[in-house]
Parts: sequence; structure tokens; C-alpha cells
Amino acid sequence: MTDSAVSDLECSNVCKNFGSVQAVKDVSFEIPSGSFFSILGPSGCGKTTLMRMIAGFEEPDSGDISIKGRSVLNVPPNRRNVKMVFQHLALFPMMNVFENIAYGLRCIGADRDEIKRKVQDVLNRVALPDVGGREIYQLSGGQKQRIAIARCMVLDPDVLLLDEPLGALDLKLREAMKIELKLLQNQFDTTFVYITHDQSEALVMSDRVAVMNNGRFEQIGTPQDLYHHPKTAFVAGFVGDSNRWTGKVTAVQGDEVIVETDGGMSARCRPGEGASVAAGDTVTLFVRPEFVHLAQGRKASGENSLQGRVDNLLFNGANSRALVRLGSGELVEVDVTLKGGANDVKPTDEVALSWSADNAICFAAGEGR
Amino acid sequence: MNQRDARRLSLILLFMPFALWILLLILLPHIGMGVLSLREKIAPRQYEFGFDNYIEFFIEPIYWHIMARTAIMSLIVTALALVIGFPVSYYIAKIAGPRTRGAMFMFCLIPLWVSDLIRAFGWILLLRETGVISGVLQWSGLISEPIELLYNDAAVIVGLVYTVMLFMIVPLTSTMDGMDDSMIEAGYNLGGNGLTVLRRIIIPYAMPGIVSGSIIVFMLTAGSYLTPVLLGGKYSSWFTQTIYDQFITRYNWESGAAFGFLLLIFTSLVVWIGLKLSGQSLSSTVARS
Repeated sequence: MTDSAVSDLECSNVCKNFGSVQAVKDVSFEIPSGSFFSILGPSGCGKTTLMRMIAGFEEPDSGDISIKGRSVLNVPPNRRNVKMVFQHLALFPMMNVFENIAYGLRCIGADRDEIKRKVQDVLNRVALPDVGGREIYQLSGGQKQRIAIARCMVLDPDVLLLDEPLGALDLKLREAMKIELKLLQNQFDTTFVYITHDQSEALVMSDRVAVMNNGRFEQIGTPQDLYHHPKTAFVAGFVGDSNRWTGKVTAVQGDEVIVETDGGMSARCRPGEGASVAAGDTVTLFVRPEFVHLAQGRKASGENSLQGRVDNLLFNGANSRALVRLGSGELVEVDVTLKGGANDVKPTDEVALSWSADNAICFAAGEGR
Repeated sequence: MNQRDARRLSLILLFMPFALWILLLILLPHIGMGVLSLREKIAPRQYEFGFDNYIEFFIEPIYWHIMARTAIMSLIVTALALVIGFPVSYYIAKIAGPRTRGAMFMFCLIPLWVSDLIRAFGWILLLRETGVISGVLQWSGLISEPIELLYNDAAVIVGLVYTVMLFMIVPLTSTMDGMDDSMIEAGYNLGGNGLTVLRRIIIPYAMPGIVSGSIIVFMLTAGSYLTPVLLGGKYSSWFTQTIYDQFITRYNWESGAAFGFLLLIFTSLVVWIGLKLSGQSLSSTVARS
């Protein structure tokens, strides 16, 4: 606390192999105190292995992990002040709620009065003051979640690791818990490291997100950064929805390039940050559905304007989409606003699509997936 | 209505073999034995109702002693089986890979393919005065004369532990199999050391398996006959031998029946006390699916 330059958790060049499989490759990051950090990646990308190394259940083959500036490499898991909320919570079914929370305090040898006071205090903070005497099976899914967090927070950890704890909950509860987790993190003011494959969880809750793929960090940044300025094709494709085409660069004009897709559509776009493309390169082009403008019954004109016909409407309230088939045969997803009136776009309507070159990003093919 | 009748009939038919088994092979013989045990012999071929056979057990200290001895030895066997079986089960359920697990279960099962009698003779071959162990010790020069390792309490206990081990390992393994690995990891993560995790998490979680295995092992041991007789010799003083003597040697069926009931009551009492002490119930342990 006295030295703000020391980060809560720092990993440098961490590698881990299982046999010939490289689960984690050269991962480095640093998490400032009191922030909500997410590691986002598809299943099997190595994020759970990384978390298990931080908790001490696996040893990295090379690299260093330090907590509050001190390396924890040869510290056994029970001596690390890193607590973990497990995927299935791992609450102890043979103990009641009070005993579950008191377990950690008993392990460090706290006396009875202190245990009582601290358990009650943490139960108040997770807004479940009266459940101490209940058995675990009597709790609802959301309550179990909060008890699992309370069980860790009562020990005042430097870092709290959360391994996809919302995976087992139903959709409505998951949405509510996202907000609640963020509030809890604010309240406890502890560094949370949250592992998930669900991009909306990561984007909604996090201060910073690391996108992980194939054992590597593809990009670390704020949610907005990742969404609007992806640095790799994988991030562009994985975070948020995108229309994606492959094509060839036909011309480079200053910051912008012109890409002709395999289906014959010609589009103006800008290369992703740090990606350099030249004429003749094969690239992947990404355009987000909400950046495509749809105009009914008009002929296409201007830059990045394309003529098409609505194939299908995917109605989902505020997130409704239209699938538009272009003259070249390609399908474009477009966000549309459906007001329920006669002017709404309908299947078989002729429409013009357009988007700004700033919102279309391309990466050299072969990068990422 | 018709369909309900058909369903009821099929239920009755399905239930019939079980009902017959319980009735003919368990209930009826026990009622017969119960009646038998309550007959007092007052003169040749003359009987009257009374509790004399039971009273005899309590006034004759030798019976008491044999019963107590059987119970204590059985408890020792149960405890040893638990102490040896727990790490084995833990290894099978939590540490071994799926393929090793099957192989290890097989190894535990193989001794059961051989009859009790042959297994006991196996021990005799090892332990007797001219047996393998005595021979090896003599050959290595550790002892100068053959020693008799058979016909003592240790031989009986070793033989019994070996016989009942599987019945401890199976329920223990199946209970610990159901435990999520992350529960153990959570135990360490929250600051517990190996001993705390074992004492506060693994053992409480495995308690139904421990109790269920212990009940089965205790019942099997207290009721076993062959192993104590063969390894302990004529004077191993196992309570089942006393019952056998009453029935076969002394042809005193009334007294034998009473002793049989006393053994049943006594072992049930021990099991009941064990359940009370461990805070478990029969339905949460032995009857667990």
C-alpha cells in the first residue's frame, strides 16, 4: 500500500508445458492494485493453467510470478496470499456456511471471538447477514457464489482469482451476478483476476482485459481498446461480433487500403494497428454489424456502398439483425432497429449498405485464426 | 383400472423372489432359532419356555470373555483395515489415472476369486514352523531354530485383515471418487496444510464410506469362522466357534441358537454405538446408492 509502484500481481515470461503441448507460452503482465483484470480466451487456450500457476497448483517451467513484488515461485499454495473461487465453487458440503468461511481463519490460528467477528463482518458485506447457520445445499446459486467469495475475502487476500464462477448459473442470474461482482470488487478494493471464455462478462466487469489464445496473450487493454482497436485478427474476431471476409489488397492509399474479397466485393478499410499490408497480400477483413449502415430502397453510391437484398431478419429486440445478401453472393450481418411499424426493413427488401473505412479493419491472413 | 391391476401384478411378480428370499431364508429360520433359543431343557426330551439359555451366557464368564475377545479383535481388524485401506482408496480414487485405477481395483479383487479356505491355507504355508517365512529367516541366519508364527492372535488378525480388505476399499473408493478435486485444492488454497486438509476436508467427506466400510468389515469379521479356526488353531476362542461347538459337538441346539442371537444383538449394538459416535445413520452410509 505504501509503495504504489509495486503491482499486486506480476508475471514475467511464464511458460508451462505438458509433455509436448505448450499450454502457456511466454506470458507477461502486470496488474495494478485494486483493479479488475480479466483473462479472456476460448476453452483450451491455457488460461486455467495460468491461473493454477498463480495459485500455486502448478509450477511454471520458466519465468517468474510475483505477488506484491515478491516472487512466489517456491511458495506452496497454502502460503500464498492468493485466494481462488473455483469453477464449481468447491464449497465444503460437510460444513455449514459459518464453518466454510471460518475454515481459512482457523487455518491461520485465529481465536474464536475474532473468527466470529470476521465471519459476521464478511457476511454483512456480501449482504447475507443471516445465513451463517445454514447448510450449503440450502443456498441458492447466487448465494453460494457470494459465500464462495466471502470465504476468500475474509482472509484479506492480495489477489482474488475467479475461475469462470458464473458458468453454472442461468442467464438471468448470470447477468445480475456480473453487476454484483463488479460492485463487490469495488467494495473490497482487492485485485480480482477473472478468467472467462464469455466476452460479455469480461467486457462488462473489467478494468483491463487480456485476450489469450493458444497459450499466448494476444493483447492487453481496456475493453474499449480491445473492441475498437484490436491488434490481431484473433482479437478482432473473438471480441464482439464481426462480419469477416478474406480477400486480396488491390491498392494502398495512404492510411487506407482497398481490398477485393474472394466473393468479388470491393471495400475500403484500414489495416489494424501495427499490421502492415502491401498490395497483393491476402488479408482478413472485419466489419462490426453495428457499423454497417443500412438504407432502404436506395441505390448504392459513394465509398464502401454495396447493393443487396435482405435474406432474413433475426429479431432479438434491441439487438435485432438483418442478413443481407450482396450482389456478389456474400452475406453481411447488419444491426437494425425494428420499431414494429410498416417502415421496418423486411425480407426481400432491396437495400444499400455502407460503412466508413475507419470502422473496417484488415489483418494479413495467417495471423491468428 | 385394468392397467393398474396389471401394474400391481407385475410389481408383485418382480417383488416375489426378494420376498421369498427374505421370508424363507432369513425370517423363517430366525423365527425358528428364536423359538429354539427360548426352550429350556428340563429332562431328556422335555422342554419348557424360559430364558435359561440366555442366562447361562451371562453367568458363565468364559462365554462372556470369548464374546468380548471376539468384539475387541474384530474392532482391531476393522481399525487396521481402515488404516491400510484409506491410503489405498485415496490413491485409487484421487491420484491414479483412469487406466491404473481399473488395474488396481482388479488387483484388489483377485484374492476374492480364490476361496476363503485356500487363502487361509496360503497363510498357513507362509507362517507355519516349516513355512516360507521361518525358512527364509533360518536361511539368512537371523534365527537358529524354526519358529512357529501360526496359532496366535497376530496371525488371526493378519489373516482377517487380508480377507476383508476389499470390503473396506470399495465403499471408501466410491465415496472419495465423488469428491471434486477442487475441494482439496480449495482446502490448500484457503491456507490449510496437508494435515488440516486431511482432517477437516477429506475425512469428513469420506465419513459415510468410512462408516459403511467399517460396518461391513466388523460384521464380516465378528461372524467369520474359517480364518480364526485355521490360523488361530483350536483355542483361538472366536465366538462363532463357541456357537459351532454348541450345535455340532455338544448337540445343544437350544444354547447354540441363543448364542447366535446374542452375537447378532451384540454386533448390532457395536454398530449402533459406532453410528452414534460418528454422527452418521444407516441410510447415509450402507444404504447409500
